[in-house]
Amino acid sequence: MSGFRTDHSRARGLGAAKHGAGHWIGERVSAIALAPLSLWAIYAVLWLARADFYTASAWLGNPLNAVLVSLLLLTAFWHMHAGMRVIVEDYIHTTFSKAVLLVLNLFVCVLVGGLGLFAVLKVALSGGVF
Amino acid sequence: MVELTLPKNSVVGKGKHFPAPEGAKKVKTFRVYRYDPETGQNPRWDTYDVAVDQCGPMVLDAIIHIKNTMDPSLTFRRSCREGVCGSCAMNIGGRNTLACTHAWEDTPGAVVQISPLPHQPVIKDLVPDLTQFFAQYAEIEPWLHTDTPAPEKEWKQSIEDRSKLDGLYECILCACCSTSCPSYWWNSEKFMGPAALLHAYRWLIDSRDEATGERLDALEDPFKLYRCHTIMNCAQVCPKGLNPAKAIAEIKKMMAERLI
Repeated sequence: MSGFRTDHSRARGLGAAKHGAGHWIGERVSAIALAPLSLWAIYAVLWLARADFYTASAWLGNPLNAVLVSLLLLTAFWHMHAGMRVIVEDYIHTTFSKAVLLVLNLFVCVLVGGLGLFAVLKVALSGGVF
Repeated sequence: MVELTLPKNSVVGKGKHFPAPEGAKKVKTFRVYRYDPETGQNPRWDTYDVAVDQCGPMVLDAIIHIKNTMDPSLTFRRSCREGVCGSCAMNIGGRNTLACTHAWEDTPGAVVQISPLPHQPVIKDLVPDLTQFFAQYAEIEPWLHTDTPAPEKEWKQSIEDRSKLDGLYECILCACCSTSCPSYWWNSEKFMGPAALLHAYRWLIDSRDEATGERLDALEDPFKLYRCHTIMNCAQVCPKGLNPAKAIAEIKKMMAERLI
């Protein structure tokens, strides 16, 4: 508590970070992309639920399907990272725990998204044959 | 700062009860938040059974009646008593509004509960400390910025451009909106709040202002502007019927516009 700071100094704080607009646009653009991708994914999963293992592997071997699933994963985890970041910023106020959680959020999203992406590429690039 | 429970010294206890005078025809109970920093005691709820047939229709009429006839120690701000000055903003029946324009009959429930504007330091009873709120308003530099030498007579503005300020210039800075906003509760030291941002937009779209870019620069920040998640409490409580959330959305659109 620095008791002799003026009201102005307090209100100004560290000044504007001069970023935020990109993050705001990114959240919205990824949401727009996720709407058709998610609908397509629901349709695909319902269809795959009735398929056997080999049909499903071959389905993912199709370039269009493989690219769309990869895009879905990338967009979803990018969107998740952006959204979780906002929640941490809203509710966590000590600089240290905020920094730790923001880094953790990034690592978890990249790790889980990376694992998913690798799994898709492995099946897709093996041509659906094991 | 997120605090889901009240700190120990802010827990509100039970207070005194002031019965209605004998012969009162119509009685309405008011439960009022009381806090006196000089006693060192926790805040308390005092209840007043007000003879409302002897006072006017507004909540302000009732609390002035309480102060005059039942308890002179009750402290609150008021001035114009007609919704122009913004002094008597308080939380009435769980909703921020102006005591002078809100009828006690319109408050749901049997008891009219009155407390100071939420999540601000309390100076005494219903008087919150709005120092930070006004410092943030000063921060948006609410005056015309120009580099062009001042014209001989006046800065001209078309009727159409002037009409863009409607719905913005009417704000009386009562702080009902900012203190109803959860984003402001959690991050008031960094988030500008709906009132300051509505005023920021009022200068951003003023056709006579020449500092639009600098004004946007000063706001582009994850906290100062982008803590607004369009919760809309601000628009819901504004006693002047303004929509700060829409003004903030327009600022976000301007931010996006200069990127594309």
